[in-house]
Amino acid sequence: MSALAVEHVTLPMFGRLDPHAARADQIAHIAEAARQIRIQDLKLVHYAGAGHIGGDLSAADILATLYGAVLDVTPDTVDDPERDRFILSKGHVAGLLYTTLAAFGFLPVEDLASFLKPLSALNGHPNRNKVRGVEANTGPLGHGLPIAVGHALSAKLDVSRRRTYVLVGDGELQEGSNWEAMMAASQYELDRLTVIVDRNRLQQGATVRETNDLDPLDAKAAAFGFAVVEVNGHDHGELLDVLSSVPFRPGKPTFVIAHTHKGHPISFMSNNAAWHHRVPSPEELQQALTELDAA
Amino acid sequence: MSQQSPAARPSLADRPRFDCRNAYVDTLAELARTDHRIVGVVNDSIGSSKLDAFKKAFPDRLINVGIAEQDMVGVAAGLANGGRIPFVSAAASFLTARALEQIKADVAYSDRNVKLCGMSPGMAYGELGPTHHSIEDIAWLRAIDNMTIVVPADPVETAAAMRWAAATDGPAFIRVSRMSVPQVYPDDYTFRPGKATTLRDGGDITLISNGTVLWRALVAAEHLEAGGIEARVLSMPTVKPLDVDAVIAAAAETGGIVTAEEATTAGGLGGAVAETLAQRHPARMRILGVPEFAPTGSAGYLLDRYGMSPEGIAGAARELLRREPT
Repeated sequence: MSALAVEHVTLPMFGRLDPHAARADQIAHIAEAARQIRIQDLKLVHYAGAGHIGGDLSAADILATLYGAVLDVTPDTVDDPERDRFILSKGHVAGLLYTTLAAFGFLPVEDLASFLKPLSALNGHPNRNKVRGVEANTGPLGHGLPIAVGHALSAKLDVSRRRTYVLVGDGELQEGSNWEAMMAASQYELDRLTVIVDRNRLQQGATVRETNDLDPLDAKAAAFGFAVVEVNGHDHGELLDVLSSVPFRPGKPTFVIAHTHKGHPISFMSNNAAWHHRVPSPEELQQALTELDAA
Repeated sequence: MSQQSPAARPSLADRPRFDCRNAYVDTLAELARTDHRIVGVVNDSIGSSKLDAFKKAFPDRLINVGIAEQDMVGVAAGLANGGRIPFVSAAASFLTARALEQIKADVAYSDRNVKLCGMSPGMAYGELGPTHHSIEDIAWLRAIDNMTIVVPADPVETAAAMRWAAATDGPAFIRVSRMSVPQVYPDDYTFRPGKATTLRDGGDITLISNGTVLWRALVAAEHLEAGGIEARVLSMPTVKPLDVDAVIAAAAETGGIVTAEEATTAGGLGGAVAETLAQRHPARMRILGVPEFAPTGSAGYLLDRYGMSPEGIAGAARELLRREPT
């Protein structure tokens, strides 16, 4: 296995389509971005020899949709106080975040070649002081949702229309801090806050159900005062429609349960706990790229 | 001997005592009136932080997340992301112990402009016991990068530290004492972060202290003077970053150093001074503090018990001077 180098960076740049572009065009744009992000991310993990590829692939369509067509933030407005915020609570999918930020121009694509290298800005968990576009230094689980609630509160105090999105893993919801934050979000009627759950039903070594089950997650979120929506987390059309139309209920924060598969759509990775942070071999990388029509 | 404040007057022990929380809430309201970015964040601690009047004056700007410390600090980090300057106001014990990872990751490592105000620190909760005492907070937060730690000694310094914190971008932890203390500093005192203040000069020995113990150290110096020992008293409100130069000068110019603080003897002000001396200027030293889970008693009683009455501090100084020089 050769070490990660610039020649392994093949990601093209994706701009944003005109907000008034036809829905079908938006979806095609997001789909191609997601495909290229996956290809690049698989190469990063293979050549760097580390990463969380299972969770990366699980959330790739969600991030591609947010950055490709939903969030009101671009490389030009990344320091604008009125930008929308995206907080990645499951910080271990940093490789996916970096690749997505590079795809949409927040950092130079060639910087991806430094992923996990000594002194690289691209640490195994994101650092907002080193990577433009990162909103919070996450990694320990259960931190993003409280931060998102705080930002949504600031927007409400400012009487601003800026929105707050936070992506949490489903296993991560075993951390009690999330539920503290959900109570506060509901109490403060933060209806411009959207919690997206990457519901892949797998945690580090086993299923969520076997470990400490979350079901009925929809009823739990509703009982905590959220408007609950369920989507196919790999369907760009569903994601685009839902994430663009919050709030669903005035006065209520939104809880989007995005049903996903870890490792999606790679046949031998999908829904397989072994791929939480396994590194693909050269043959496995080749097969994965073939499945993504990239070989 | 120079007298740089009213503190050195012999009447210090008999002067009126003040609860620093009053200075805290007055200053927070003063800051909030002039800077719309300032908000309070509490864990149902409105009463214990004396924030009822603030809530009336600024109802939207007091965020109460309920009894939920992890959420409280994460919310503060998010408010800072949105451009606000949150003053988190909660019992020091629960703020620092329960939300330590949020303090580390969301505030310090993320470099968010959050002010963590630890109310009723040390053994202020007295008879409520070690679950409510906060003697470990300084040691815990000292181990975290990018965190300024301030332990004010009186209402004047509490207000001054808050004004500095509000005007300075970055994370800070400020202890806000509940146990009443006399006014040590003059009304026009200006807080200088990272700087010690020589409240009393002397060449025989140095007493380094802060917080609720500082006035006790000043009275101890009076006792020592009566016995012919000239003690230098260094006020060290900023435990991190420590005024290393003042510590080294004290070690070079006096016969030994006694630290005294309402905090654990492991890793607090005493630990910070010892780390400096061991590496830069070895000297005779004694660390006074709280070495254990304290038994039942008021904060004042317990400070006395752990050798931090004025007489106790003076005794530790005399004993240190009797030891063989290193």
